Amino acid sequence: MTEWVDIGALEDIPVRGARKLKTPIGCVGVFRTAANEVFALVDRCPHKGGPLSEGIVHGRAVTCPLHNWVIALDTGLAQGADEGSVPTVPVKLAAGRVLVDRGAVSLAQAAE
Amino acid sequence: MTQKLVVIGAGMASGRALEELFALSPDAWEVTLFGAEPRGNYNRLMLSPVLAGEKTYEEIVTHDDAWYRDNRVTCRFGEKVTGIDRARKVVISEGGETPYDKLIVATGSQPFIIPVPGKDLPGVITFRDLDDVNRMRAAAAKPGAKAVVIGGGLLGLEAAAGLQVQGMEVTVLHLMPHLMERQLDPAAAYLLQKELEGRGIRVMCKADTGEIMGETQVEGVRLKDGTEIPADIVVMAVGIRPDTALAKEAGLAVGRGIHVDDQMVTSDEDILAVGECVEHDGNVYGLVAPLYEMGKVLAKTLMGEAAAYKGSVMSTKLKVTGVDLFSAGDFAEGEDRDEIVFRDPSRGVYKRLVLREDRIIGAVMYGETADGNWYFGLLKDKADVSEMRDTLVFGAAFQGGARLDPMAAVAALPDDAEICGCNGVCKGQIVSAITEKGLTGLDAVKAHTKASSSCGTCSGLVEQILQMTLGGDYQAQTVKPMCPCTELTHMDVRRLIKSQQLKSIPAVMQELGWKTSCGCASCRPALNYYLLCDWPGEYEDDYQSRFINERVHSNIQKDGTFSVVPRMWGGITNPAELRAIADAAEKYNVPTVKVTGGQRIDLLGVKKDDLPKIWKDLNAAGLVSGQAYAKGLRTVKTCVGTDHCRFGTQDSVGLGIELEKKLWGSWTPHKVKMAVTGCPRNCAEATCKDLGVVCVDSGFEVHIGGAAGLHVKATELLCKLTSEEAVVEHCAAAIQLYREEAQYLHRMYKWIDAVGLDHVKARVVEDAESRRALADRFYYAQRFMQQDPWSERASEGVHAHEFAPLAEIA
Ligand code: SRM
Ligand SMILES: Cc1cc2nc3c(=O)[nH]c(=O)nc-3n(C[C@H](O)[C@H](O)[C@H](O)COP(=O)(O)OP(=O)(O)OC[C@H]3O[C@@H](n4cnc5c(N)ncnc54)[C@H](O)[C@@H]3O)c2cc1C
Ligand code: SF4
Ligand code: FES
Repeated sequence: MTEWVDIGALEDIPVRGARKLKTPIGCVGVFRTAANEVFALVDRCPHKGGPLSEGIVHGRAVTCPLHNWVIALDTGLAQGADEGSVPTVPVKLAAGRVLVDRGAVSLAQAAE
Repeated sequence: MTQKLVVIGAGMASGRALEELFALSPDAWEVTLFGAEPRGNYNRLMLSPVLAGEKTYEEIVTHDDAWYRDNRVTCRFGEKVTGIDRARKVVISEGGETPYDKLIVATGSQPFIIPVPGKDLPGVITFRDLDDVNRMRAAAAKPGAKAVVIGGGLLGLEAAAGLQVQGMEVTVLHLMPHLMERQLDPAAAYLLQKELEGRGIRVMCKADTGEIMGETQVEGVRLKDGTEIPADIVVMAVGIRPDTALAKEAGLAVGRGIHVDDQMVTSDEDILAVGECVEHDGNVYGLVAPLYEMGKVLAKTLMGEAAAYKGSVMSTKLKVTGVDLFSAGDFAEGEDRDEIVFRDPSRGVYKRLVLREDRIIGAVMYGETADGNWYFGLLKDKADVSEMRDTLVFGAAFQGGARLDPMAAVAALPDDAEICGCNGVCKGQIVSAITEKGLTGLDAVKAHTKASSSCGTCSGLVEQILQMTLGGDYQAQTVKPMCPCTELTHMDVRRLIKSQQLKSIPAVMQELGWKTSCGCASCRPALNYYLLCDWPGEYEDDYQSRFINERVHSNIQKDGTFSVVPRMWGGITNPAELRAIADAAEKYNVPTVKVTGGQRIDLLGVKKDDLPKIWKDLNAAGLVSGQAYAKGLRTVKTCVGTDHCRFGTQDSVGLGIELEKKLWGSWTPHKVKMAVTGCPRNCAEATCKDLGVVCVDSGFEVHIGGAAGLHVKATELLCKLTSEEAVVEHCAAAIQLYREEAQYLHRMYKWIDAVGLDHVKARVVEDAESRRALADRFYYAQRFMQQDPWSERASEGVHAHEFAPLAEIA
């Protein structure tokens, strides 16, 4: 069963930007695109663990602030020649509020 | 036997539903229609042309008295329904109780009013019905009257355009960074804003209304930032909320709207609902197309026929005369999708199609929308467009028959076809220049024909002509475009920003024909810098186009912590500063305290949440950001000079501090490092800095263009001077010339390699007037830039969201 937790308003995230969400499995980056979509990724770049939520958001991708890998927000896959992926976290928008799936960020789940 | 059908709300949805119902069966139902408005159904969409004076109310009536009479509808207009008694199956209104067998709720929406002081003052008007329009037209009749429209969406802009046509002075306040953000991308919104501004409508984005001013009547609007805009009326057009009060009170299931199933039946099987007041499958709608589809299903349900409503995809057009704009579907970017962008800057056209798996999923168009419905049809049909992909963006007229090869298209152009609109050069002229003069490249064509030498957007066409004329001999030019979003080089873009007076990122992208809709991590920071440099005080920094270091004014470390480097002017400090640094290091558990190569102290490993706090403590001791992250002045290293050294010839420390204090602040293409050294022994390493001053007996030598990073480069001598003031002025002028001319991310030496030292000398040394003008422009920019970024964030809460998590889940 998915349990959606309200983590804030869409307005709290800058357009073409991101905010961090602290969770039992570590930080999750919550991203907002120019088209007002939201995505959430575990906040660790597959390259050397850079905090993706600090990167520049363009289109549906973010460029890692440490060494410029480009990660797709919807799939978590590294783009171009780079190989790697980061887990995505289910997130949705409802009436201007941002909700994440509690199960996906709880420890029991992560241990499975 | 006829049954009793009662309808609450005589609006567009119920009007259409009744038409559908009577078409299926003219006399199965005995209908009573309640409407709160004192009139029957009219085309609400057309209120905008009524406001603008392009239509009259009579022209937009959809159901007149005769229609109601012919269909034997009992009209109870001007009578609001106040309650539904579901147990007894009656509706309650002023005129008493009315029994029903089936009930339709079609109460539409209520305009949303932002809860600010003054919202109830006379003169605050919504835009929903004819009475609102009449109120606005009455206000507009007063000569010189002013209107503020809050909300830059569809409704707000139609109101603004209408009021402007009526002679009012109109200002639109929009909270978001661009107009109609739900329907348009920034590129199309830019064109729209330009058009509206061209008509004299003032548009203010990112405008957050604080209060509506006035004692007994609206007098103006005050924004949260303090700006005041005088107004005689304020039109609230910030959005709508489904009108569910009645349904909720009657105990029907209500979420954002009244819950209905696919048959349009509510949680009570005898009550149906239709229109903007309903919520179907999690969606509420604010446009008529879905309501019409719902009406069809509702009529069938009432007649006992099987039908299901499955949700709607919508398209939007703005009904402002002279503005062509179309938007449909999902137009966000993404890795799983492709976009085709077409821009024609000279005609102000922008078209963007978003494709996924060879199907159109979204479209935004401005300036040329004739094909909007064709694309919308392909979108709704989920048609495979791979066969026509290359020519899709040109529209329906280009389809059918063979696929168009771009080369063949150029070959087919007649000799007198104009290729370069800016310089009026046609194909024949280019071909003959190539063959007669033996030209082999784009630059040569530019030089000889002027084609492609202005805005450069036709360079692709010119290259195709070269290719066509020279065949295999042609090698495409090697000039590197700025990034894959454009064919233009950094220098082209810089030149065009100035010559075309482009003042925003969307303006650059539109007017210069960007191939993507919102750029990439490579071009956006560059454009942001160019605009900031060229339009000081006017252009507003685009914070989201900056790298993290510049956004949070600290260097990010490999573990995601940050480093904090306070300025130590000229490398000089004192016990109080050192004590403050030591205290801060202890208080915030700073793991590493290091003396940098730039003569100051670095606190490494600070947690992001602690940044504003540590800055506040350091600020209290008079320490400010050392901007160790900035593309701007970093450090001015000094040696001890005449104060202590037996060889010192001038006050190198004093001059270094003076230079650092005057020159810190403004952004530059890349970082700028300086040094002042007291004698040619050069202990401050001045001859490998961007700007270095070497003090000598007779005065000062100013050196330029050194570096000691990836490339080690010694400086070259720029000039010899005799006073400190002259040194400061020359340095300011040199930095400004670098700011105005260099490509983003080029250190000074790379810029000098490109333009030549003589050019720099001519502008900065030999021509005193030019030098003064450069220095003046630099100091003008400094007026906006010499603001300590730490104190803004530590004490004034600037960008507070950066330093705190959005939320925490335990
Ligand atoms: C802290 C410091 C090293 C130290 O511990 O001494 C340092 C640290 C960094 N340097 Fe440096 N540089 C430091 C002095 C220098 C110097 C020496 C100097 O300024 O006299 C140089 C050579 C001189 C020069 O720039 O020409 C230097 C040449 C570079 C370069 C190469 C620049 C080039 O154009 O080739 C980079 C890379 C860049 O900027 O793109 C760089 C980049 C960096 C960055 C910012 C890398 C990054 O982007 O994260 C490092 C940040 C470390 C951090 O975690 O905070 N650092 N760096 C020095 C800070 C000086 C200060 O007080 O602000
Ligand atoms: C200025 C303007 C321009 C628009 N332009 C467009 C456009 O270009 N394209 C587009 O698709 N859509 C447009 N719309 C939106 C469109 O008009 C609406 O989607 C549509 O009118 C909704 O129909 P409805 O029947 O649900 O609500 P309405 O048409 O609002 O009808 C609801 C009616 O119910 C009445 N009512 C409410 N409560 C009660 C009660 N308790 N008792 C009795 N009566 C009650 C209300 O007074 C109202 O008359 C525009 C809207 C406006 C205001
Ligand atoms: S030399 Fe390299 S490793 Fe050392 S601080 Fe500079 S950038 Fe970092
Ligand atoms: S850690 Fe993200 S690119 Fe290296």
